[in-house]
Amino acid sequence: MSSAVHKYAAPPGKALSAHKYAAPPGKALTARMGMWLFLFTELILFGGLFLLYAVYRTQFSEDFHYAAGGLDTGTGTANTLILLTSSLTMVLSIAFLKQGRRQASLGLVLATMALGAAFMVNKVFEWTAKFEHGLYPSSDILVEHTPGENMFYGMYYTVTGLHGIHVLAGIAVLGWMAWTMLPVPGPRMESSEDGKARTESGEDGDARMRSEVVERKLENAGLYWHLVDVIWIFVFPLFYLIS
Amino acid sequence: MDRNHPQSPGFVTKPVAQDGSQSAASHVMVWVALVMLTGLTVTVAGLHLGAASILVAIAVAAVKGTLVLSRFMHLAQEPPVFKVMLGVAISILVVIMVFTFVDVAFR
Repeated sequence: MSSAVHKYAAPPGKALSAHKYAAPPGKALTARMGMWLFLFTELILFGGLFLLYAVYRTQFSEDFHYAAGGLDTGTGTANTLILLTSSLTMVLSIAFLKQGRRQASLGLVLATMALGAAFMVNKVFEWTAKFEHGLYPSSDILVEHTPGENMFYGMYYTVTGLHGIHVLAGIAVLGWMAWTMLPVPGPRMESSEDGKARTESGEDGDARMRSEVVERKLENAGLYWHLVDVIWIFVFPLFYLIS
Repeated sequence: MDRNHPQSPGFVTKPVAQDGSQSAASHVMVWVALVMLTGLTVTVAGLHLGAASILVAIAVAAVKGTLVLSRFMHLAQEPPVFKVMLGVAISILVVIMVFTFVDVAFR
């Protein structure tokens, strides 16, 4: 079989109705490319904050070291491991979906959401503890500390807060994906075992195209989730490991 | 054999499923590497090496980030244009950072 034959090709004898379910082969590629372009804007967004951090860190080096001692390295490490594991469940859910193992894929999407939620629960405990110690922007306690310490905690709340919003957005996107992947009666959720049967009629072909759309969406949701993980990979040492 | 059957050669040569060839085991190995690197960076930070500490931390973070980008985000299997795009984005970031630091240093 020639390499020109790909999964979007119509089955033999069905060429005339191929337009019904033959998506252009470049569609998944351009969808991913669009997602990457969006991710670059995220990179610049957080890059600007990292730049701010770097400049103030050089100006208030000692204060940053001292203030970072107030952060709980254990919580930060736990959250790092949680996010790394969520990236694993995310990438596996996409791999399983491509193998047609939709139930397993859906389970892994839900696991990714649960890990994201666990990350946020840790974050809430962490922030609450800081607030109880009076360590929040412009607090009575913090204003009496050095400008550098105030700058550190300002950066800490801005960066981890913005990152937390991204985690919440990721959970929402994955929730929408899970909803799309829920097993429903009819052709929306079919296993790969009947891959042959699916191509025999136009209606099943539509189902196949829908499954390709789900695959594409989950891929892009995964790209977003992994980027949020990449950002945390840099946030973690810069804030939690410099005391 | 129907070409849409998973065992058919036509199915294997579909253009967007290169990462389908990446086994679950290889993803788990990447995760193990990421966890070990996290352990390394936490351990090194605990040694209080001073100025070298932050360099090690950023180097380890860069390796971890590269692993996630190339293996979990499948950048390794994407066409070259994706890597060029990433290179442009990172270059813009580097230019902004270098010029800001030059400005701050000679202010």
